[in-house]
Order: sequence, then structure tokens, then C-alpha cells
Amino acid sequence: MVDKITVGHVHMSGCTGCLVSLADNYGGLLTILDRYADLVYGLTLADVRHIPKMDVALVEGSVCINDKLAVQEIKETREKAAVVVAVGGCACYGNITRFARGGQQNQPQHEAFLPVGDLIKVDVYIPGCAPTPQLIRNVCVMAYLLLKGTKEQKDLATAYLKPLMMAAQRGTTACFCDLMTEVINQSLCMGCGSCAAACPVRAITHEYGKPQGVRDLCIKCGACYNQCPRSWYSFDVVDNYEAINEAIMAALQ
Amino acid sequence: MGAELGKYKTCVSARSTNKDILKRAQDGGIVTSLFEFALDEGIIDGAIVAATKEFAKANPSKIMMENSNFDFVEPWRPIPAIVTTKADLIAAAGTRYNISPNVSLIKEATRSFGLDKVGIVGTPCQMQAIRKGQLYPVGLRDVGASIALAVGIFCMENFPYQSILQLVEDHAAMKMEAVKKMEIGKGKFWVYGKRGQVVQLPLKVTHKYEQPGCHVCLDYVANVSDISTGSVGSPDGWSTVFVRSKIGDSVWAKAMAAGCFETQPIEKVKPGLELVTKLANEKITKNKATVEARKTFGVGKGLRIPYI
Repeated sequence: MVDKITVGHVHMSGCTGCLVSLADNYGGLLTILDRYADLVYGLTLADVRHIPKMDVALVEGSVCINDKLAVQEIKETREKAAVVVAVGGCACYGNITRFARGGQQNQPQHEAFLPVGDLIKVDVYIPGCAPTPQLIRNVCVMAYLLLKGTKEQKDLATAYLKPLMMAAQRGTTACFCDLMTEVINQSLCMGCGSCAAACPVRAITHEYGKPQGVRDLCIKCGACYNQCPRSWYSFDVVDNYEAINEAIMAALQ
Repeated sequence: MGAELGKYKTCVSARSTNKDILKRAQDGGIVTSLFEFALDEGIIDGAIVAATKEFAKANPSKIMMENSNFDFVEPWRPIPAIVTTKADLIAAAGTRYNISPNVSLIKEATRSFGLDKVGIVGTPCQMQAIRKGQLYPVGLRDVGASIALAVGIFCMENFPYQSILQLVEDHAAMKMEAVKKMEIGKGKFWVYGKRGQVVQLPLKVTHKYEQPGCHVCLDYVANVSDISTGSVGSPDGWSTVFVRSKIGDSVWAKAMAAGCFETQPIEKVKPGLELVTKLANEKITKNKATVEARKTFGVGKGLRIPYI
């Protein structure tokens, strides 16, 4: 198909878990690459040295501000990509790289790591450590529909992507405390349990129906906050969950 | 309004044909029978339900709790559990009017519990959480496709455990241990004792003990579940059932064909859909006002609203 979008995977300071998650779509990834997107840039996956012009940049990892090349590349990504998507906890919120203090061979002076949004404007967040293959897949399909779809498909994609765009505007820090300050303290928590299910390090339990976080275990990935139905919730999208799930599955057939 | 009951394919009044289940059930035994059927047929490998301390004690491998000393767990406190047999289901049957974070097990169900096809029962907000999790799986890798049957229950509001404690022990003057059943119906909160005593509290008394997080909820009948059910609208011992999604439709048709339920047309029963609609509208109208009031809660400052 001629009318594909161009996508690149930009690797900052991350563990490559996000890229593995993307690959874990297996056949779905191949369908995406066959029909909807050309991978124009990506470590080990595309033989391209310099960041090319592209429609969508999927950025993994935080930016080491002590590393000139990293800073230069993230700026270049913003210039070359129409849409910048921060993929994963590190790119969105810093995640475990927030705990970095430098001192590692062979670049011990590389001590400070910032989420992408602290250096450039980010359009869409895909939070999670690791982000799930399904959320990456959904965003890829929706990005295609947004850029190349019919009017109806564009509307659907806009509604779907809106909360993830709002997440990008909201900020570059997240941890269990966001559940406290933005949900529990705001009297919005109803004890569904989503946060505990989403936490990748099992730092959240429920005491008498309300989340209790072991804050020393929290890696600051933002999964609990973003999974919570009372952090953000779109009736427009979720009420049509059946049709949207079917549309995504059909797109990958 | 018109959207207050959500999308649905069919609506009936129903009850289980299984006498053992009816004996233990809150109303028509719909959830228990549906899951029993789904387990038998291999539609699900297990279901996440709100169990009890007694169940947890007897089946510590079917729950997730840091502390294995269940003596500290109070009576009538629900514990989310993964049930895989009919006996488990019957042991967990019935409603406990306080918070059971069932969604907290949704990922673990597919991991250490090893389920490929998960059933889950929950309140409307928990169904919203499930569907948000399927569309936006931030921390729920591979979970969405494993959710094989999501059964929603009608819900006006929920209570923190301590509220139920206060209602039962202070207002109804009964011991929690001595309670056989609690129920909200006919405008009252009913507490049935094991010795046969019955205490009723007007809902006016219970309102202030409601969980505040429920007051922004705009869903009464679990609009995004596969099948939703509750006593409202049907005669005593029966439940109103909405069959909503394709999955729900298919499971319900099979369960009916297998004779799991007897049904009556919802149009033929009293009080019928009229009451469901009325209560749904009441809840949504009241809570929409609460959401609106959050915008101007302070002086030039509002509270957060989750809906976008």
C-alpha cells in the first residue's frame, strides 16, 4: 500500500523493553508494517544512521542530559517527526531512570536523566513499564486512522487519542502519589482495584477497599494513575468499546 | 433521558433453576448460575468474585493477601478471590455491601492463577475499569483478550467496610457475626439475623455513610458489562437481567438453552423496567449535579473531574 505512514523508533536511555513490547505484537506488528506503517528508523531494525523525516516517532527511554548526542537526537526527533509519542514509563515520566545517580562505567558522569517531555513537546503518551503490546498496537492503528482515515475514522482516532494527548500535556512526573493527590484526596476513588492490577512491581494492595502503596517500591512509571478509571475516563470511547475493539482486530486481520 | 439503561439486546426477569444456588443467592442467583454454566462449558476457566474470610481460610491459594492470618479479617468484609469450581461459587454467593476490589486480581488471574479465560463480576465502576483496561491497557499486558465474561451488578452506591459496621452494629444494633443477610430494597436497608430477627433502616440513615467516590458515578446498571443484573424491577427472588454485548448474548443464549434459568418477560413483571429507569435517572441526575458542583467547589478553584 502506498498510503502508509512512516514510523521511527528512537531509542534514548531505556532498557529496550518498550521495543520488545512493540515486537511482542508478533503477527499484528507484521500486519501493521505491511499495511499501515513503514519503519523508517529503529535500532537494529532499520539500517538508517540519522534520524529521518517521519510521521510518527516512538521515543523510548529518558534523555541523559549529560550526553550531547542524546540531547541532539531528541531535538532532531522533534524537528523531523510530525507526531512524537513517548513510549513507556521512562520516556513519559522518567520511571526508574529517576533513581539514577551516575557512576556507571564507562560514562560515570552520565548522571541525570529527564523524561522526553522536559526537553521537547510530546504529543502522545503511552505509559507503562513496560508499555503493553496492545496499547502500542492500538495507538499505531489509531495514528494511522488519524493521518490517513476517513472522516469517521479520524473522529474515532481523535477521541481515542485524546486522553493520551492530555496525559502528555499533564506533565512529566508520575508515581503512586498521583493516585493519592489526584484521585484519593479528590474523593474520586471507589476501590475498583485497577491500580493494584496495573502496578508492575506489586507495590499496591487494598486496605478496606482503598489503595495502599509501598512508596519505596514505586518505580514512578505512572501505570497505576493512568489505568485508574477515575484519573481519566472517556464515555465517548469506552461506551463503544465493543465496536472499537472489533475495528482494531479487523485492522490487524 | 433515554440512555440511562445503556445499550442492551434483551432484558428479562430471571432466576436460577438450581435450588442449591437459590438458597444461597441474594436474589435470582444469576451471577452464580452464569459462572457455573460458563465454568462447565469451558467459556471461562475461573471467575473473580467477592468471597469471604471463611472462603479465604479454606482456600488460601485462591486469594492474594500478604497476611495469611485471616482471624484479623472481619465478618462481612469481602475478599476478592478466584473461584474455579461450583462449590467455590456457592461459597461466595450473595451480596456484601462494601468494597471488594475485584479488578485488582484481573492481571494476576492470568499470571500466577494461570487462567486463559477469566470471568469477573463487579459493580458498574468496575466494569468501566475493565473496559478502560481493554482499550487502554497501561499495565494490563495480554489481559484484555483473556476477559471472557464480565458480569455487572446494578449499583446505586457502595459503602466502606466501617460504614457497614456502623450501620449494622450501631443503627441496627446487631452483631456483624450474627447477620445472615443484608439487603437494600423497597427503600430500606435490611439486616437479617441468623436467629430470624429482622431490622430495617430507612435509606435516609444510610446515605451519609456512602462511599463519596460513588457520588460522581454516572452508571446504575453496568452499561459496559456483557450481562448485567440486579434485583430492581423484578419480583422477590427474581432478578432483572440485561444482555448487552455479543459475548453476553452468546453466553446467555447457551445458558438458556441448557435450562439454567427460568424467565419472565420484563414487561409482565412488577415493578418492571419503569422502576429501573426511575432509579437510574435518579442516580444519574443526582451524580451529574455532584460532578457539576465540583467545578465550583472552592473559591475560584474546583475539584478534579475525571470525565473527558
